[in-house]
Amino acid sequence: MTETLSGAQAIIRSLELLGVDTVFGLPGGAILPTYDPLMDSSKIRHILVRHEQGAGHAAEGYAAASGRLGVCIATSGPGATNLVTAIADAHMDSVPILAITGQVNSHAIGTDAFQEADIVGITMPITKHSFLVTKAEDIPAVMASAIEIATTGRPGPVLVDVAKDAQNAKFEFSWPPTKEMTPGYKPVTDPHGKQVQAAAELILQSKKPILYVGGGVIRAGAHKELHKLAKLIGAPVTTTLMARGAYPDSDPQHLGMPGMHGTVPAVTGLQKADLLITLGARFDDRVTGDVKTFAKGAKVIHVDIDPAEIGKIRHADVPIVGDAKVVIAMLTQELEKQLKGKKYDISEWWSYLNGLKERYPLGYNDLDDGKLAPQYVIERIGQLSGPEAIYAAGVGQHQMWSAQFINYENPNTWLNSGGAGTMGYAVPAAMGAKVAMPEKLVWAIDGDGCFQMTNQELATCTINQIPIKVAIINNSSLGMVRQWQTLFYNKRYSNTDLHTGTDTQMVPDFVKLSDAYGCLAIRVEKVEEVDAAIKLAMETNDRPVVIDFIVGRDAMVWPMVPAGVSNDAVQYARDAAPIWDGEE
Amino acid sequence: MSQHVLSLLVEDKPGILTRVAALFARRGFNIESLAVGTTEVEGVSRMTVVVNLDGQPLEQVTKQLNKLVNVLKIVELEDDSSVARDHMLVKVRTDASTRSQVLEAVTLFRARVIDVVSDSVVIEVTGDSAKCKAFIKVLEPFGIKELVQSGAIAISRGSKSMSEKVLK
Repeated sequence: MTETLSGAQAIIRSLELLGVDTVFGLPGGAILPTYDPLMDSSKIRHILVRHEQGAGHAAEGYAAASGRLGVCIATSGPGATNLVTAIADAHMDSVPILAITGQVNSHAIGTDAFQEADIVGITMPITKHSFLVTKAEDIPAVMASAIEIATTGRPGPVLVDVAKDAQNAKFEFSWPPTKEMTPGYKPVTDPHGKQVQAAAELILQSKKPILYVGGGVIRAGAHKELHKLAKLIGAPVTTTLMARGAYPDSDPQHLGMPGMHGTVPAVTGLQKADLLITLGARFDDRVTGDVKTFAKGAKVIHVDIDPAEIGKIRHADVPIVGDAKVVIAMLTQELEKQLKGKKYDISEWWSYLNGLKERYPLGYNDLDDGKLAPQYVIERIGQLSGPEAIYAAGVGQHQMWSAQFINYENPNTWLNSGGAGTMGYAVPAAMGAKVAMPEKLVWAIDGDGCFQMTNQELATCTINQIPIKVAIINNSSLGMVRQWQTLFYNKRYSNTDLHTGTDTQMVPDFVKLSDAYGCLAIRVEKVEEVDAAIKLAMETNDRPVVIDFIVGRDAMVWPMVPAGVSNDAVQYARDAAPIWDGEE
Repeated sequence: MSQHVLSLLVEDKPGILTRVAALFARRGFNIESLAVGTTEVEGVSRMTVVVNLDGQPLEQVTKQLNKLVNVLKIVELEDDSSVARDHMLVKVRTDASTRSQVLEAVTLFRARVIDVVSDSVVIEVTGDSAKCKAFIKVLEPFGIKELVQSGAIAISRGSKSMSEKVLK
C-alpha cells in the first residue's frame, strides 16, 4: 500500500516506523519543511535545544543511558557544523546516534549558496557512514539503512543530509522500503568456534590472567555474561573509563580503572599479567601508556566486533571478531566444558594483587587552604545518590574523580566523553539521559570550565521540565591543564585561571546564572553544607538544580602515569611511586 | 617499505573516491597509484590501489577499507597470480636525425606512435611499471616534452571473477 507524502513527511514517518520517540534539534531554513510535519507527530517528542552541539550531546546521552538510538536534527551550514563536535565524540566512543541535517536545494549544491556547507564531506572521517539525499523517494530506504548502520555492529554516528527540494517533493511512500541502500554493510557478530576454544585453552594455561574490559561490553549489553565469566574463572577485572559500570565496583574481583589515572592494582595488574582477556577494549594510549612496555609478559586474547581494532595497537595471540555478548557467553560455556568441574586456581596471583589493593587504595587528602576537597564532594554525591543514579561528567579532573570516587554497579550509569575528551559534554548529555530515563536520578558532574561551554541547555531543561542535577566542581580553573602546569611546567599557570571562585571576580556567578535559567541554585563552600545541598537537589524535581561547589584548586588527580611513560612508572601520589616487593 | 596491489569493488556512489583516498590520508597509508573505472556490473566500480607500507601491516589497511560501507570487496593481487598494467603517453622530441632511433625503441618496447609532427611524436605504451620506467630511460636522451601515466590496473589470472561472490 502506498501513500503520497512529501520527503519531509517521509522523514518523520520513517522515524516513527523505526521506533524513534525523541529528537533533539533546532530548526533553520534548509530543514524547515521537515519541522512542519514534526509538529503534527504524536509519536515523536522534539526537544528544542539552544545550540546544536547540545542536541548532539543530548542524543549521545539519550543513547548511552538507554542503549537505544539517539537522534538530533539541525539545519544546513552552521547548524550542521555545530553538530560536528558531538558527531566526532560519538564516533570515538561508539555511540549510536543519527544526525539529520537540512541541505540547500540540490541544484544549488556546490554554488556556495546561503548556509551551504558540505557536511557529508566535513563529517566523512568522523561518521560510521553518511548519506546525501537529493531525491525524496530515497528517504525511506536511507533512513532505515542509516539506523541499521548506527545501531548494529560497532555502533556509531550516521549522518543523513537531505536537500531542501527532496524534503518538499512528493512521492509514493511505502513501507518497509525495498531498495537496498548498503549492500556492502555486513557486520560480523558470531565468532569462530575454534577461536573461542583456543581462547579457553589459553586462559586455563595462564597463571596470571586479567579481564581487561572496555566500553564494548557496555554497548553490547554483555555485563551479565561478563559477570558469569569472571565468577567462573575468578580472574581479576579492570574496567576502563568507558566501561565503568560493566562490572560492579563492590565486587572484590574488581581492581578498578586502569590507565593514566587508574588504580595501582589495575595498572600493575595489567603490567604483571601473563594473559590479557581483552573484551571490547581498544588499547587506547590512556590505558597502555608507552605501548612497547605495556603488559610485556602477557599474551593477548582480543575480542571486538570491529575487526580493525584487533591488531591495530597490540598483536593478538587469539583474535576473536564478534559481539561481546555472544563471544563471552560462548567462552564461558567452553571454559565450563574444559574445566569439567575442576577449579581453576590462581590464588598466588590473587595474593599478589590483594597486597596491592591493601597497600594502594584510592584516596585523597584534605587541602592546605581549608577549601572543600573536590573528591569528597563527588564521593558524597555518589554515596547519597546510589548506584541506580546516572552520572554524566565533563572532561578533566572532575571527570577522573567521578570515575574514581563514585561506585558504579550497573552499566549505562556512567556517561562521559572518553575518546574525544569533549569539554561541555555533561549538561546536554545529562539532559538526554534524563529524557531517556525519566524515572532515574541524573547528575551532571561538571567543571567550571566545561559548564561554561554548554550551560545554555539549562534553559532547555527548565522549559521542557527535564529536572537534571548539576554539580559544578568549581575550582576556578581549567583544573586538569593546571595540574599538568603544576607538574610539568614549573607551576607557570598560563591561561588556566577562570575567575569563577568566590574569592575572585566571580564571572560568571554560577548561582545567579542558574537562577536566571530558572534552576534552583545553591552555593556550597563548607564541608557541613555538602550533604544538605545534595539532598535538597535530590528532593527538587520541579526544575533543574545547580550546585556551585567551591573547591580547592590545588587538588590533583592521583594515581598518575605521565603521558608517554611506561605504566611501570605509575605514581601513587606526587613523588610517591609504589614500593615493589624484592622479586618484582 | 613493502608494496601491495589492492583491488577494490566499490559501489559507484558520489564521494566514494574521496572516502577511500581520505582514509589512506588520515591513517597515514601511502598511495603509490590509484585507478578507478566501471566494471562488468552496473553500479559497481573497481579501484586498483598500489600502496606502499612503512611498518604498518597490510591487514590494517584492508580492515579499515572494509569498514567503509560502500566498499564491497577487497583482494590483494599477488605478483605471481595476477597481471598489472600501467598505461603511458609520452611526447618525445624528434628530428630527422633521431626519428628512426626513437621508432626503433618503440618497436623494441612494443609501443605505438599515435601522433607525429615535424619535431615530436606521441607514443603510447602499456606494460608493468618496470617496463614503463625502462622505456622512459631509453627515451630521455631524445628529450621528453610531456609525460602522462595512468595508475596501475590489475586483474587476477585464471577464470575466476572478483565480482562473482559479491554480487549474486
